[in-house]
Amino acid sequence: MERLKNAWKILRRRPMSLLGCALIGSFLAVAALAPVIARPEAGSRDPYIIPQTGYSPDPVRPSREHLFGTTEQQYDLFYGMVWGTRTAFKVALEVVGLSVFIGILLGGAAGFYGGWIDDILMRFTDVMLAFPDLVLAVVIVAVTGPSLEHVMYSVMAVSWPSYARLMRGDVLSVKERDFVAAARALGACDARILLRHIVPNAIYPVLVVASLSMGRIVITAASLSFLGLGSPVGYADWGQLISLSRNWILGSSGNPFEYWHTVAIPGLAIFLFVLGWNLLGDAARDILDPRQK
Amino acid sequence: MLKYCLKRLAFLPFVMFGVTALLFLCLQFLSPEMRASLYIKDPRQLSQLDAVIEKYGLRKPMPIQYALWLKEVAHGDLGYSETAKMPVSEAIRAFFPATFELTLLSFFPIMIVGVYFGVLSAVHRDKFIDHFTRFVAITGYSLPSFVLGLLLLMVFYGKLHWLPPGRYTLETDMLVHSGVFRHWTGLLTFDCLLNAEWEAYVDVTKHMLLPAATLLYVSVALLLRITRSSMLEELSKDYVRTARAKGLPESVIIRKHALANALIPVVTLSSLLFIGLLGGVVITETVFDFPGIGRWGVQAAQQLDVPGVLGSTMLAAFLFVMANLVSDILYAAVDPRIRVGN
Repeated sequence: MERLKNAWKILRRRPMSLLGCALIGSFLAVAALAPVIARPEAGSRDPYIIPQTGYSPDPVRPSREHLFGTTEQQYDLFYGMVWGTRTAFKVALEVVGLSVFIGILLGGAAGFYGGWIDDILMRFTDVMLAFPDLVLAVVIVAVTGPSLEHVMYSVMAVSWPSYARLMRGDVLSVKERDFVAAARALGACDARILLRHIVPNAIYPVLVVASLSMGRIVITAASLSFLGLGSPVGYADWGQLISLSRNWILGSSGNPFEYWHTVAIPGLAIFLFVLGWNLLGDAARDILDPRQK
Repeated sequence: MLKYCLKRLAFLPFVMFGVTALLFLCLQFLSPEMRASLYIKDPRQLSQLDAVIEKYGLRKPMPIQYALWLKEVAHGDLGYSETAKMPVSEAIRAFFPATFELTLLSFFPIMIVGVYFGVLSAVHRDKFIDHFTRFVAITGYSLPSFVLGLLLLMVFYGKLHWLPPGRYTLETDMLVHSGVFRHWTGLLTFDCLLNAEWEAYVDVTKHMLLPAATLLYVSVALLLRITRSSMLEELSKDYVRTARAKGLPESVIIRKHALANALIPVVTLSSLLFIGLLGGVVITETVFDFPGIGRWGVQAAQQLDVPGVLGSTMLAAFLFVMANLVSDILYAAVDPRIRVGN
């Protein structure tokens, strides 16, 4: 309770952090209310498939019938944006959550056990960290075949090593502390010492970095979708919707911005979503990092 | 210092060994027929696919395949890239200078803008200019480069017809490939200047402005942040207070005293910035249809051109590892504690 009050005190003094809360809160509301805001067509099997009205190749400008207009092949942009919010949350939370989990597990094991386990795990992370993350992710999706699941796995695969390395360092310093020796003297087993005593005391820096990297991870996943390596055409996914707009940046003669909505609307959504996470990440760092107090 | 450098350099082959092994492991997802393209140097060999699979043991256990492939790489044979329509080693020579040139063109503006506004932000802490620069920086950090790129293209190419995508116009293309044009450095802007081809120089620069601006806006935030926090730390130190007590003008304190010390972490991190740019060019080059390593790698990945993927990725990893090495060495050079600790 005291902690929460403290967190609110820090947040209240920073308008930018409040803006971050508001942004993510709004996206959360849209995601939760998606079936109400954009009702799936009766009888559609998968609500994430955007309904099509006709098959004309040219995008149509926003109108009363299509609030945000349509993309090429007449996918309704409004519907795609609303359900895409769910996809965005799913990708962001699952990828960050799982890669942090893997990082804590492997980094914790490496730091705690040391010896050959440490050597093998850390040399492996060295190799993983020798790639620019987007480049390795592109390779993984390319060889496993394009799909949203594979995009998530590949981003996960390139994100956990940095958490593992950080976790290992923290575990190394925490495991030398007296309370660990005390737990051992009381006869606690390895698993208990690691999970109850070391991990809770070494986890904060990883969580701070994780909250700061949320935005980057969303961008990486969206980039893969943009490259056409993610979900199939017509799936409610912001990056995918932008990749549909690539052919329409020129507009028609006399009206160069005829198809502005195909880039600007999904682009704005990704931008605000990432901005929200970045602002929240800054706030999380200030709240969790004791040195800032 | 020399010992430290040598120690780090000795580590390099092991990392590259790991990098190639990991990439090779990824390729095991593909069928032997697809992997056979790694060993094909000429499209006409495609008819003898089975012989290639047999020769390089593509149905054998992975370590054997890997050893056979390493032997090929050691001979400089990286296969034939279907997307680039040339052997991989040639493709690297063709695409790398373009990427390098683009990275170079965005690197210095990023350094200048990042340091200048980082210092400005720190000196005027919590004033309007500080909030404003930090807001601009975080928006850049949050904006995917493909969104910014497409919007820039819409305005500067679609509406204004000023800055087209691609590498150069047809006239420049003809000039560059004519016998008269001499390729001194491989970097087109410099070559145009050295050949005294002013129009071609303007043309090539015009084609690089938008991608460079995109890279600048999405990458400057990191440098700005580091400069700002490093400058804030220096400004709160005792020697700055002493300088103020002596009555030195504030501008001298900032420029001569604080900045000189604040720049140390910035300089070491500049190679990390270079790394960030190398990752960033993948998307930027694709959006602007700029024929560099990044666009080639993406096309290869999209069309499952195995030799192209391996070649471009290995090059990216190699540059990445080198930049990391330079960063560590710079760090050790300015901070003796790192050397002793290691």
